Amino acid sequence: MTTRRNASNLGAFWSLSVAIVRGFVRDRSSVFFAIVFPLMFLVLFGGVFSSQDQSKIEMIQVGEIALLDDLPAGAAAAFEQTFDITRSDDAAAAIAEVRKGDADVAVEARRDELVAHYTQTEQVTAAIVQGTLRAFVDGANVALSGAPPAYSLRTEAVEDDSLETIQFVTPGLLGWAIAMSASFGAAATLNGWRNSKLLRRLQLAPVSTGTLVGARVAVTVAIALVQTAIFLGLGAAAFGLSLTGAWPAAIPLLVVGTLCFMAIGLLAGAVAKTTEGAVNMANFLVLPMAFLSGSFFPLDAAPTWLQTMSKLLPLRWLNDGMLDVMVRGEAWTAALVPMAVLGGFALAITGIAAKVFRWETT
Amino acid sequence: MGAIEVRDLALAYGETRAVDGVSFEVAEGEFFGILGPNGAGKTTTLEMIEGLREPDAGEITVLGERPWPRNGALLPRIGVQLQASSFFERLTAREQIGTFAALYGVGADRAEEWLERVGMVEKADTRVENLSGGQMQRLSIACALVHDPDVVFLDEPTAALDPQARRNLWDVLGSLNDSGRTVVLTTHYMDEAEVLCDRVAIMDRGRILELDSPGALVRGLDAATRITVSPELVSALDVAAIGGVDSSALGPDGLVLSTREPAQVLTELAERRLLAGIKVQTGTLEDVFLAVTGREYRP
Repeated sequence: MTTRRNASNLGAFWSLSVAIVRGFVRDRSSVFFAIVFPLMFLVLFGGVFSSQDQSKIEMIQVGEIALLDDLPAGAAAAFEQTFDITRSDDAAAAIAEVRKGDADVAVEARRDELVAHYTQTEQVTAAIVQGTLRAFVDGANVALSGAPPAYSLRTEAVEDDSLETIQFVTPGLLGWAIAMSASFGAAATLNGWRNSKLLRRLQLAPVSTGTLVGARVAVTVAIALVQTAIFLGLGAAAFGLSLTGAWPAAIPLLVVGTLCFMAIGLLAGAVAKTTEGAVNMANFLVLPMAFLSGSFFPLDAAPTWLQTMSKLLPLRWLNDGMLDVMVRGEAWTAALVPMAVLGGFALAITGIAAKVFRWETT
Repeated sequence: MGAIEVRDLALAYGETRAVDGVSFEVAEGEFFGILGPNGAGKTTTLEMIEGLREPDAGEITVLGERPWPRNGALLPRIGVQLQASSFFERLTAREQIGTFAALYGVGADRAEEWLERVGMVEKADTRVENLSGGQMQRLSIACALVHDPDVVFLDEPTAALDPQARRNLWDVLGSLNDSGRTVVLTTHYMDEAEVLCDRVAIMDRGRILELDSPGALVRGLDAATRITVSPELVSALDVAAIGGVDSSALGPDGLVLSTREPAQVLTELAERRLLAGIKVQTGTLEDVFLAVTGREYRP
């Protein structure tokens, strides 16, 4: 008797899961927003922005300039990394080009003086130009004096040499993608099934609530894992993503994150009156959260109060945890606190959703 | 013992008494109808019997079991069709009933049998969103019956269907209690209740007004039979000479004679060769509703 009941529960679980999966893959807009849309961002950030070097400063060199023409080999290479040089003999025309913004700086030599004409409308470029040219002039002066430099400067990036834009954007975008699909899925299911009375109908079928919820959770987690596989696979294959040691710890983290965003979707589904309204509300919660949680760009440049406030958002914890274990090379234990926080959010939000849920929408 | 026993059932939504002291019994194998206008309390009554709502007061047993709180022993023995089309999104008709079959631990062969029985085999691979209203109702009825329940509840299965689709569905509905199954159906269509139901409870404003077989309800009404004589023959008719006529009035279709002795009136009309184009209307459940509530029946 007991075994038969278990077998039948398993059958019900399986057929419910299959029904939900079919409903998902046949809904083009769900598939688009869960899989394709975030991938478009990955391609955009990973492919376009990361391959774009800091563009060179366009310099017009007017006439012969001994200081620049006779640079030692090493210094000449460094100089050309910073400046894209075109030559001209007409100083007035060169300055006019700078004024129009077609060139960043025009330089000419007046005996031993190097004169740089720049425009104040590009202040950052102007500062770089002045600093760089001054460094070359100072370097030339030191070399002429024949004395060894008293001080020297060495620069080192704190990140691993291989770290590129893709390393940073992949975890954040993946977090956003999972947040979207988990919350949209839960919101649409709860609201759609309530409005069509399917939830009522299933209440009268000999299927436990655990089986029903379990099937929906299992499908959402499976979709999240597929999203992860596609993201990491595409990132590694096309954009040179390389994961650090403890990255498998991201998987349990993703699962807890999925539960948390399902809870947010349940809340949206419980509050909204229509399925479209529920999905819109989930989007309304998730999209700003994605911006404030560093999914699209790092929060380092954001004001401190904003960074502190973002700690109240579950997506921030998911993103940080994934960054730690997937690309920052931290140990798997770095995922524990984010998992605990996300689990806490999941429980609290599910509790609120259960409170506000009403069977009748009118 | 009846398949369903309901005693003094009551439920209020705030100030509104949706169901107000309802009692009835449904025998095993009976086709039982709950008839009434929208907002009469039919669906609420049904939902309490199914176990979806807890009554404020009253006793319910279905097949000897209490439906509330959710009773796992009872669920496999009842089948339900709810008012809306409760389907999994984007599944085909076959996948839909297959999923319900699996939820009840029933094989796919049974699902296929029911598809055939409700005439949905040709549409089996059509997604539910693309089915017509009548086809959705057929599928939904099949889903309610796929596990061969002893009692089946159908909440307005023909609502929102055009008259033709409604009559087509009667064939399916009428055969549901053939094998001794008990059927409880709500409807706001008088003709539907008359055709399908063994007994009908007429409900209005949360109460049951009358409960009997449709025939007995009409007979008990002692309503007049209306006999309409076609306009061409009216000039040849002397109403005063015909016995048993209570009243007469000229209508658009001819002269309408009201009588409680239709046999006598019809015989006399036959003797005068005035039967061509004649129309005879007996009382309907609408007249019963009018008689007990004092107002016209508006579904």
